[in-house]
Amino acid sequence: MAVRKPPITTREYWAPGHAACAGCACATALKLATKAFSEAMEEKYGDPNAFAIAQATGCMEVVSAVFPYTAWKAPWIHVAFENAAAVASGVEAAWKKLGRKGKVLAIGGDGGTADIGIQALSGMLERWHNVVYLMYDNEAYMNTGIQRSSSTPYGAWTTTSPPGKYSIGEDKPKKWVALIAAAHQIPYVATASIGNPFDFVKKMKTAAKVDGPAFVQVHCTCPTGWKSPLEKGIEIARLAIETGIWPLFEIENGNFFNIRIQPPGGGAKVKREGDRIVAIEFKKPIEEYLQLQGRFKHLFKQPEAIDQLREQIKAMWKVLGVDVTLPKPGE
Amino acid sequence: MPIRTVMKANEAAAWAAKLARPKVIAAFPITPSTLIPEKISEFVADGELDAEFIKVESEHSAISACVGASAAGVRTFTATASQGLALMHEILFIAAGMRLPIVMAIGNRALSAPINIWNDWQDTISERDSGWLQFYAENNQEALDLILMAFKIAEDERVLLPAMVGFDAFILTHTVEPVEIPDQEAVDEFLGEYKPKHAYLDPAKPVTQGSLAFPAYYMEARYTLWEANENAKKVIDEVFAEFEKRFGRKYRKIEEYRTDDAEIIFVTMGSLAGTVKEYVDSLREKGIKAGAAKLTVYRPFPTEEVRELAKKAKVLALLEKNVTFSVGGALFQDFSRALINQEERPILVDFILGLGGRDVTFRELDQVLEISRKALAGEKFEEVNWIGLRKEIL
Repeated sequence: MAVRKPPITTREYWAPGHAACAGCACATALKLATKAFSEAMEEKYGDPNAFAIAQATGCMEVVSAVFPYTAWKAPWIHVAFENAAAVASGVEAAWKKLGRKGKVLAIGGDGGTADIGIQALSGMLERWHNVVYLMYDNEAYMNTGIQRSSSTPYGAWTTTSPPGKYSIGEDKPKKWVALIAAAHQIPYVATASIGNPFDFVKKMKTAAKVDGPAFVQVHCTCPTGWKSPLEKGIEIARLAIETGIWPLFEIENGNFFNIRIQPPGGGAKVKREGDRIVAIEFKKPIEEYLQLQGRFKHLFKQPEAIDQLREQIKAMWKVLGVDVTLPKPGE
Repeated sequence: MPIRTVMKANEAAAWAAKLARPKVIAAFPITPSTLIPEKISEFVADGELDAEFIKVESEHSAISACVGASAAGVRTFTATASQGLALMHEILFIAAGMRLPIVMAIGNRALSAPINIWNDWQDTISERDSGWLQFYAENNQEALDLILMAFKIAEDERVLLPAMVGFDAFILTHTVEPVEIPDQEAVDEFLGEYKPKHAYLDPAKPVTQGSLAFPAYYMEARYTLWEANENAKKVIDEVFAEFEKRFGRKYRKIEEYRTDDAEIIFVTMGSLAGTVKEYVDSLREKGIKAGAAKLTVYRPFPTEEVRELAKKAKVLALLEKNVTFSVGGALFQDFSRALINQEERPILVDFILGLGGRDVTFRELDQVLEISRKALAGEKFEEVNWIGLRKEIL
C-alpha cells in the first residue's frame, strides 16, 4: 500500500502536555514553526536537530517550561521578557566558536518583540546574527492577562484599553514590526498567519535557510484574549487575511520597492502590474472578522470606529504599495 | 616568562580576559571601563584572542548575550560600570539563578543622579544580593589576578556562579601601575579549558534552561544559590592558595595589615586600602596602635574571617564608599550581622567617604581616627559619620 508522505515532518519539538489554553493558535504556530525549522536544518545541514531556541517571557514560555516539566524536545533557553534576541546573539556566537553547525530560533510574543524587546531585536538584526526571530502576534500581553501592546489593533478591548464613555478601546493603530525589521535590510522578512499554515511553514523554512538574520511575524488567535470561540481560531485568522486586516508579504534584503504581497483569497479581486500586486478589492467586510471576537463587540455600537479602522487598514496597505477597497457589510 | 610592564587597570582587565581565553565577549562602552572592550577588540582584531566579540547595543544586551553564550557552554566575559551595571541588574539575578559562571570586570563608579563618572562602590554594592561573587582589587595587579582567579572559582562545580571583579574608577582604571602579566602557558595550566559537564544547548542532548518554577520549587532553587555561595568560601581559599603557589602572589579574603596588637583597625576595600595602610604606618610611627584590613572578597561575605579580625581590635572603623540610606554603609550592616551573636565584639564605627570620586587623604583619615579614638575612650560617638562633607554648600 502506498503511504502518502506527510506534508510536514512527524518529528515533534513542541511536545504534547504543554499547558496552553484550549484552542490556542499560538501553540499550533510554535509546533509548526519548529517542525519547519527542523526540515530546513535537515535540508541545509543534514541534521534535523541542528537548532536551539531562545524564547522571551510570555504565554508560550510559561506554558511550555513549568519546572520540573518541559514541552521542549529541542535545546531551549528562556532568560527574560525583553532579551530573546540578545540571548540568541550569545548562543549563536558561542555556537560559532564551538564550530557547531545550525541556527538559532528566537521566539517572542508581540509584547516581548514590538515593545520591551524591540531594542534587543534591532541590535541582533543589525549585527547580522544568524538567527531567525519569530514573533507570534496575538495582539496583547496575554501572559499577564490581556493588556494592550503596541501590536494591539485599533478599537480592541484589552484590560488596559477598555471601552467606556470616553474610550472606544485601543485608540492607536497597530505597530508594524515586520516593516521595522525590514528597515534593517536583513535577508528575509515575512508576515504569516496561522490561518494559512502551509504558507507559514514555507516562510519559516525560507527564513531558516537564509544566511544571516530573518524575521517572521505570525498572526495567531488567542481565544482567551480575543473572547472568541475555541474552535474558530484558524477560521478567524483566515478571515483576517481575507478581509484585509492582516496582509501577507515577504521582503528580501530590506527592498521595500519589491515587497512580495500575497493575494488574500476570500474572493478578493487582485490587480497586478507585472509581478506586483498594486490593488486589491476585498469582498469580505472587516465586520466578518470583528464580529467573531468579543474584544470588538463594542465597536458595533460605534460604526464610525469601524470606519476609522477601515481607513487605518487602507493607510497600512498604502505603505505596502497597494490600493485597497474595503467593503462595508452589504456592499 | 611573565612580562613586567606598566598599565592601567582597564588594560590589566583586558589582559586577564585575553589570558583566560573566553570564547564569547559581549560589551558596551561605558566610562570608566570603555578601554576594556577597546583593548579586547584590538586583541581580537590582531588575532591574539580567538573569540567572538559581540558589540551589543546596550549593557542589558551585553549581559543577555553573555547568558546565552555561557548557557551554550563557553567561557564568557564582559565589563561595565555604574549605570551600565544598573542596566544589567535584572539579568544579573538570572545569570546567577541559572548558575552561569560569567566573569565581569567593573570600573567601580558612582550612580546617578547627579551623573558622576568618578569612583565609589555604590554600583557593585547595589548588586550584592544578585548571587554574583564579588571581588575588589586594591591595585592593577590585583585586578588582573582576581579576574583570572574569578574564572577558576566561578567555574568550579561546587560553585557555578558568576563573578564580578571591581576596581576603582580612574584611581585604578586610568592610572598606570607596574603589572606582571603571567605566562599564557602558566595561565592555561592554572585555569584549564572550560568544559562544562552538563549538556548546554546541545541538539544532541536537549535540555530546557530557564524554566518557570511554581512556589513548590522556587525556594529550593534559591537555596541552592545560598549553598553555592557558602561552597565558594572554601573554593576561594583553595584557588587563592593555588594561585600563590603558581604565581607567587598571596591573596586572602581579608588581608590584614599590622593588626596584631591594634586597638583600632581601619577596614575597607579597593584602592582605599593602599592609602589606609600608609596611614597606619604613619600612626604607628606616632605610637598609635592602629591596623588595617582589606576585604578582597565581599560576596560570599567572609564571616569567619571577620570574626577573627574582630577579636584583634577594640574598634573597627569601617570606611565605605557606599550608602544604605538610614543605615550607613553596606559593610556596617554586614559586620554587625557577623558579630551580633559573638560574646566579645569590638565597637563598630561607620564612615561614609569618598563618594563620587571625592578624595580620601590623610586629612579625612585623621577625622576617622579622631572619632574612632573617641569611641575607644568610651566617649559619645556617632555610629555613622559622613567624612569630608562640605557642609558650607549644603
